[in-house]
Amino acid sequence: MNQMPHLSRRAFVVGTASAGLTLGLDIPFGGPALLRAAEGSPEINPPEINAWVVIRPDDTVVIRIARSEMGQGTLTGLAQLVAEELECDWSKVTTEYPTPGQNVARKRAWGDFSTGGSRGIRTSQDYVRKGGATARMMLLQAAANEWKVPVAECSAANSLITHTPSGRAISYGKVAEAAAKLPLPTEVKLKDPKDWKIAGKGVKRLDTVDKTTGKMTYGIDIKLPGLLNAAIKDCPVFGGKLTSFDEAKVIGMKGVKKVVRVSDSAVAVVADTWWHAKTALEALPVVWDEGPNAQVSSASIATWLDQGLDSATPAFIGNQNGDAKAAIEGAARKVEAVYSYPYQNHATMEPLNATALYTADKCEVWCGTQNGEAAFAAVLEASGLPADKCDVHKQILGGGFGRRGQTDYVRQAVAIAKQMPGIPIKLLWSREEDMQHGAYHPITHCKLTGAFDADNNLTALHLRLSGQSILFSLRPQALVNGMDPAAFQGLAASGEAAIGYSVPNLLIEHAMRNPHVPPGFWRGVNVNHNAIYLECFMDELAHAAGQDPVAFRRKLMASHPKHLAVLNAVAEKIGWDQPPPQGVYRGIAQHMGYGSYVAGAAEISVSDGNKIKVHRIIAATDPGYAVNPAQIERQIAGSFVYGLSGLFYGGCTVKDGRIEQSNFDTYNSMRINEMPKVESIIMPSGGFWGGVGEPTICVAAPAVLNAYFAATGKRIRAVPLRDQNISFA
Amino acid sequence: MDWTNQGIAMANLIINGKTIDVDVEPDTPLLWAIRENAGLTGTKYGCGIAQCGACTVHVDGVAVRSCGMQVGDAFGKQITTIEGLATNGGLHKVQAAWIANDVPQCGYCQSGMIMAVAALLKENPKPTDQDIDEAITNICRCGTFQQVREAIHAAAATI
Repeated sequence: MNQMPHLSRRAFVVGTASAGLTLGLDIPFGGPALLRAAEGSPEINPPEINAWVVIRPDDTVVIRIARSEMGQGTLTGLAQLVAEELECDWSKVTTEYPTPGQNVARKRAWGDFSTGGSRGIRTSQDYVRKGGATARMMLLQAAANEWKVPVAECSAANSLITHTPSGRAISYGKVAEAAAKLPLPTEVKLKDPKDWKIAGKGVKRLDTVDKTTGKMTYGIDIKLPGLLNAAIKDCPVFGGKLTSFDEAKVIGMKGVKKVVRVSDSAVAVVADTWWHAKTALEALPVVWDEGPNAQVSSASIATWLDQGLDSATPAFIGNQNGDAKAAIEGAARKVEAVYSYPYQNHATMEPLNATALYTADKCEVWCGTQNGEAAFAAVLEASGLPADKCDVHKQILGGGFGRRGQTDYVRQAVAIAKQMPGIPIKLLWSREEDMQHGAYHPITHCKLTGAFDADNNLTALHLRLSGQSILFSLRPQALVNGMDPAAFQGLAASGEAAIGYSVPNLLIEHAMRNPHVPPGFWRGVNVNHNAIYLECFMDELAHAAGQDPVAFRRKLMASHPKHLAVLNAVAEKIGWDQPPPQGVYRGIAQHMGYGSYVAGAAEISVSDGNKIKVHRIIAATDPGYAVNPAQIERQIAGSFVYGLSGLFYGGCTVKDGRIEQSNFDTYNSMRINEMPKVESIIMPSGGFWGGVGEPTICVAAPAVLNAYFAATGKRIRAVPLRDQNISFA
Repeated sequence: MDWTNQGIAMANLIINGKTIDVDVEPDTPLLWAIRENAGLTGTKYGCGIAQCGACTVHVDGVAVRSCGMQVGDAFGKQITTIEGLATNGGLHKVQAAWIANDVPQCGYCQSGMIMAVAALLKENPKPTDQDIDEAITNICRCGTFQQVREAIHAAAATI
């Protein structure tokens, strides 16, 4: 039963809705035009200079942020970019989210809300900086008008405008109202990043105090008058259906208000408190129609994926030059290996939740989402109401990692609220529901073959992936003649995820196999497994050729100077040319993703042959520009916790069509005692904008696995390590 | 109060020095009484099985995973949540160190992390790295551990 997945309508609608297409929303391409609120609209409190900047009379600067803050620091980074051009006093900066409803009403003044693919800053930096720059120009003009002097004689710094010849000065707050009435400048010149004073610096995050005092409000913390709580259970087998439930058994339980069918596959209990709702849900007799997917297991999926490794079966070609198959056929020597990477759950610390209030003519939702516009589209569709009757109030996310880019939980909350009009309903998933209804890191197997000539030169590389495509399920419109281009992240010939090696004969292909388990974008996405496959195999090839793994790579990287630069940086810092301390072993890896070049070198020791202590990891990243180096360091170190947790502890397995893991006791996550010392090298080379939230995650696992080989002589080619009886020391 | 014969009861919980009446069954996890009945949402739900530590509070000064303690067992005891950690109008030294070291990312686990660390420093004002490894077992999916460790040492240095 591993053939075509049961692709629910939900999956298709979510995918297309995220582009706004199903709803007929008029969404322009490219960056947003700088637009101002229409006269009389609620947004036009006069100090709004433009869509991005509000300045209050007390000089407070409110910077509007379209992307979502989920820990990655985008809120602070985007504010830095606006503030840099605005020339405002950073200590007076605060932020706010416009709502998706306001974005639609204002012809998408804030552009794209989606926060994934490490795009938060790199794809909006240009227009948010222009937002800051135009606001500064308007404030300057307003001051010049007031003083009746040429604007060229005025300068702005630290929220203060000075008329240089006379020495007069006035603060932004005093001219904001006049500035807001001026025409928007059309010619805007942005600063050269080398002149940055706020951007490019490791300034403190703007959201820290509330996150240390318990005051920060996440979606789970929403309070509304008369609010009721809902707990939900979806059919444990993906693609299965809800047959029936016996409401009478639980309706008399304490606090229970209603039991509702949520979709064709889920049931929810609504109660005064969530604890009551969850307690009643667990007592609710439910009959499922599990359907044919109940036959699927990890073993059946593995068999199906292995068949895809056979070169005789069809596959999409993602990158090729020369004739790899012929070169391998005629090679003096060849090396072959098969690797695999499992399903992974996002396990955001804050379980999924959304609060919905539905009335006959309005539907509002409060939730954490990585894609406010997709959530908005989901609200429209689930409520059946038009865009001007709906809105989404975005909350700070208790983790996203890709999971909150999807809208299943939003849709469910609206479906419940629609059955109880006028009552705000907070839907909260239990951790068990979250573990078993994820949008899982896709499963893949990979067969690699390398060929050498008689002088141990690598003449051919054939990398064949077999496994799941995320785009097939979530964004089928992004497939190219059926092929998933994202499957080749870090392996492509060019672009933002290009391979860093030149091999005379190269073939990289993907045999698409889509099991019924729903896939999703899991921090790093396809680079997680592609980097393990390529970089561990490069290590295998180097050893087969009797060469140092760094020297072996360098020979193939002459045409890839930026890839090579990060590799060299970590090799130098870890002292690759010198022997490691006694009992310590090293591994190295490099990759590219999300427009950034990344490399990692790990030092580990191994006790009892199977207990790994990761002492330190040197990590280099070239993201082009570094907006907040302190936050980039945190993204690098933090992503290693996520990636190494997946390597050591992760792996979601399938039995009887459902995910076996149910909570952190069966899907563990690294703790502080397992944390290596992470030393970051941030080396922005300029001229391009790469992401920082995800790319580096992918080098930690291959660096550690290669170090494990150095320590033990054993190759590990399957994840997680717990399945191979290998653990943290 | 005799809990055993009462499915439902008004309980007096002493949270952050205030006595609060909560209408809950005695087997309700303390976490949910704090969040839903007392309305203090700084204490977070992460797993419900005492694995992740997001719900850590102090009960009579000891760090406790409140999802694993029943309300009935907290009756009459001094419960401190993240909202009550600061005293005398200022931040607790752990909170101050957290801000100085810019520790939180998403922040969701940090209430529990801070409560666990505050309890550790009360017991052991100058913990070694090994002491920290043994005492702090909270999960942070953002991976703030490097900053957490730095901030613990920074807080210890101010004692």
